[in-house]
Amino acid sequence: MIEISHLVKRYGAKFAVDDISFSVGKGEIVGFLGPNGAGKSTTMNILTGYLSSTSGTATVGGIDILENPYEAKKLIGFLPEQPPLYVDMKVDEYLNFIYELKKCKLNREKHLAEVCEVTKISDVRGRMIKNLSKGYKQRVGIAQALIGNPKVLIFDEPTVGLDPKQIIEIRNLIRNLGTDHTIILSTHILPEVQAVCDRIVIINQGRLIADEKTENITRVVEENRLYSVKVCGPQREVLSVLSKVPGVVRADAVGERELDSFTYHIESEPGVDVRKPLFFALSEHNWPIIGLEAVGMSLEDVFMKLMDADAKKKQRASQNRAGARDNR
Amino acid sequence: MFAIFKRELHSYFTTPIGYVFMAVFLAVSGFCFSITTLQMQSSDVSTYFQFLMFAYIVIIPLLTMKTFAEERRTRTEQLLLTAPVSLTGMVMAKFLAAFTMFFGTLVVSAVYFFPLSLYTEEMNWSRVWGSMFAMVLIGMTFISIGIFVSSLTENQFTASLGTIGILLALMIVAMVNSLIDSYVVRSVLDWISIYSRYANFTYGIFDFGAVVYYISICVVFLFLSVRVFEKRRWS
Repeated sequence: MIEISHLVKRYGAKFAVDDISFSVGKGEIVGFLGPNGAGKSTTMNILTGYLSSTSGTATVGGIDILENPYEAKKLIGFLPEQPPLYVDMKVDEYLNFIYELKKCKLNREKHLAEVCEVTKISDVRGRMIKNLSKGYKQRVGIAQALIGNPKVLIFDEPTVGLDPKQIIEIRNLIRNLGTDHTIILSTHILPEVQAVCDRIVIINQGRLIADEKTENITRVVEENRLYSVKVCGPQREVLSVLSKVPGVVRADAVGERELDSFTYHIESEPGVDVRKPLFFALSEHNWPIIGLEAVGMSLEDVFMKLMDADAKKKQRASQNRAGARDNR
Repeated sequence: MFAIFKRELHSYFTTPIGYVFMAVFLAVSGFCFSITTLQMQSSDVSTYFQFLMFAYIVIIPLLTMKTFAEERRTRTEQLLLTAPVSLTGMVMAKFLAAFTMFFGTLVVSAVYFFPLSLYTEEMNWSRVWGSMFAMVLIGMTFISIGIFVSSLTENQFTASLGTIGILLALMIVAMVNSLIDSYVVRSVLDWISIYSRYANFTYGIFDFGAVVYYISICVVFLFLSVRVFEKRRWS
């Protein structure tokens, strides 16, 4: 449904987007992830025809956004980072304007009522947009994108600035929309993608560093077995025993102290359950375990890892290049 | 395009700006009218139109300053630029909305002439309508210049000051003209001057060359506004 190939956007010498390629299938929800300034918004702006690319192509439903913007834009509903609201209008006036702007052919009354229903703004239709709360404004922004029932929805940070309850509501809404729309949403909140998206595309400094199914990334998370264990006993001795337990790769004292107990982090070999040997090893010394919990590697960690790996790769590449130069 | 036109026109009345424009326009023109005709005890309206033309320099920017500057500041332009509307359509819609406001108010101000005609033995209507026609054309060019300046900035105040500056320059070119000795410079300045083109209309003469001139200026500035958006997209 969406095809981005070798997309480049350059501002002077700076690459805002540097050779990004990925595609999104019909009915997929893709999370577009990256730190601030990674090029998420730029990519989305190019995809929606707001900006042009320096090189590369972006097509929506097989239509190139630069060659045939008029037709391509009809297929897209876009919620920019800052919802584009005319604050001096009433919600109803605004939605009617969008309806006309998009030259929507659906039954006006019915369609607008439906859109208001799914975004839960039916009760504020008669109010001025400037008097609405941030959460409602965001939802009016989403309603705006939904008008005309476009096949592709592009949301740029849809949950920014909302309270936790609203965030959950918006996520549910997006997940429901995903059943019959193709959605790209950008965010820098990792649990959000985990909760909503089928696939994750991670970019950093304008470059693509990962494009994986959410479950694959989550699996990576689960394979890393980290435990936090709290033991009553002398710190140094406990640590030496812990590191000798079969299957433990690494043991660290964390330094949290609670009366006579200390907390330690241990990492096990992949596929080995160290909990039982751990218990027996410590019980031999009469050091009771008063707490044991698995510390799952969070998406944050995965994200940081991927970024580190990417930085190292880049460094190696530049070293290789330098090496090649020296050889010559 | 019609949607944008409608919204734009509507927004003149949901914000104070439309009312302010009409109030200022009618107050200033009414004042000029009473001074130039009633107080001078004259039925010659040409001075009135000259005054009005200078008043445009401050009045027209009221109408145009927010057109694109405001959209850019509130990021609503992103909505327009990602909607299935052409850039030309978008600029034209804004222009037509501002023009409609201007034209409507100008038509209202035409009532001044009827009481005057009651006390005038022989009202020269061709002069009046000729001048009114010229006023429409000049308003049109000024609006297009205002829209162009508004598309360059996201600050309404900058937009209005910039427009006033340009309009003032275009108007006083004709006055400075007489101080210049070089014939070539003088004729070039005379050619650009919005003011001097207007003269024939005051005699009730339909000056086709002037009409083409005003419309061309209008088209050029609207075209430049479109280019501003085109350029921003590509930079």
